[in-house]
Amino acid sequence: MSDAKSRMIARAARDIAPGMTVNLGIGLPTQVVNHLPANFPVCLHTENGLTGIGPTLPPDAADRNLIDAGGAYVSTVPGSAFFDSATSFALVRSGRLDLTMLGAFEVAENGDLANWKIPGKFSPGAGGGMELAQKARRVAVLTTHTDRAGNPKLLTRCTLPLTAAACVDRIFTDMAVIDVTPAGFALRELAQGVTVADVRHATGAPLHIPGDAIPIF
Amino acid sequence: MRLPDKTTTMEQAIAAIPDGATIMLGGFGVPGTPFLMIQELVRQNKRDLTIIKNDANETGMGVDHLLVAGCVRRLITTHLGLNANAIRLMNEGAIEVEFCAQGMLAERIRAGGAGLKGVVTDIGIDTEMGAGKQRIEIGGEVAMIETALRAGVALLHAARADTFGNLRFAATARNFSPLMAMAADTVIVEAEEIVPPGDIAPDDVHTPGPFVDHVVHVPQLSGEYAVVRR
Repeated sequence: MSDAKSRMIARAARDIAPGMTVNLGIGLPTQVVNHLPANFPVCLHTENGLTGIGPTLPPDAADRNLIDAGGAYVSTVPGSAFFDSATSFALVRSGRLDLTMLGAFEVAENGDLANWKIPGKFSPGAGGGMELAQKARRVAVLTTHTDRAGNPKLLTRCTLPLTAAACVDRIFTDMAVIDVTPAGFALRELAQGVTVADVRHATGAPLHIPGDAIPIF
Repeated sequence: MRLPDKTTTMEQAIAAIPDGATIMLGGFGVPGTPFLMIQELVRQNKRDLTIIKNDANETGMGVDHLLVAGCVRRLITTHLGLNANAIRLMNEGAIEVEFCAQGMLAERIRAGGAGLKGVVTDIGIDTEMGAGKQRIEIGGEVAMIETALRAGVALLHAARADTFGNLRFAATARNFSPLMAMAADTVIVEAEEIVPPGDIAPDDVHTPGPFVDHVVHVPQLSGEYAVVRR
């Protein structure tokens, strides 16, 4: 993984506050857990029916019945609980999930998120993504700022089918931390070695720049 | 008084399932998937099935055997991401796929199991998942109706069952199974261990026996139940 991606993931981890219940989506967000301090007080939830996710285990140490929603073999911690799928999503929809971190194909300046379908190319179904995006109290996105072809993923409007409308609060990318505000995208922090002009150039929507100094991560 | 004994053989339990049946399958990925009963469905060459399951397992495993053998007409599911074969069959039109939001699949099944007609929700309302669904105004907000799901048969895997059908599931193998146990006309359980009634303490029962029709002992699990080495 590139340094920029690692720094993005480490930066995202700093938004997890002590005491939160958090769901980390499949892909980059799952790795956020590796950047939490040891003994950090947080409860991680996974859709397939576990709160209190412990460390990921190699195959030889794994329990065949204990996975996360992405299929990784995980473990429990003291205080973990198992439950059925209805209970798992009751936790999501009732507002008990303080934060979810999700991947994205596109995010719009009003917070619309598209991360589940590219018509004609990729349509495996949304899994639990719609409920996470729509009902977690806070939704953060972790994504590269542009796609592999260099096209912006932060746009005025999403072109792909939505996962949920107006749901994203904050976006962590390899270039910046950007909040979704009533006025659109607002730059909060810059990655090391990245300029405001770089971020503007790589963003497909207007970007509000704060008047004071921009923190670097 | 004693509680009835529901143990039977897998061959007999599966033989009663007709072609064209709607079948709920427990499991989220490997944990909870009744791989041996799925193999028996294939062996008995059931046709024209509607399968309701969270996912289609992975290529070469579980539900995929049903797809390859041409047993499935329709699949109601939440995610096919780990089974490229299922996605290909869907894209070719060989199987019909209905996608549900994962928690909505759970609630639709729970509603079916609870004798309700559906669920009123706003999940997916702003997306194509909400297209074509009946809208309803409730509490000043617009929501939509997700219809309840029931099946002719549910096939579930339990870690432990007593002969009456009280069940315990292991770790994340629980997932959809307790919900499906309530939502099918006939519930068939394969259990790794079968014990006399009373050996599962009343407070420890995950699914109460009256929901279960048949219990099949599977002392020897196949390789599909093992830890997947990707």
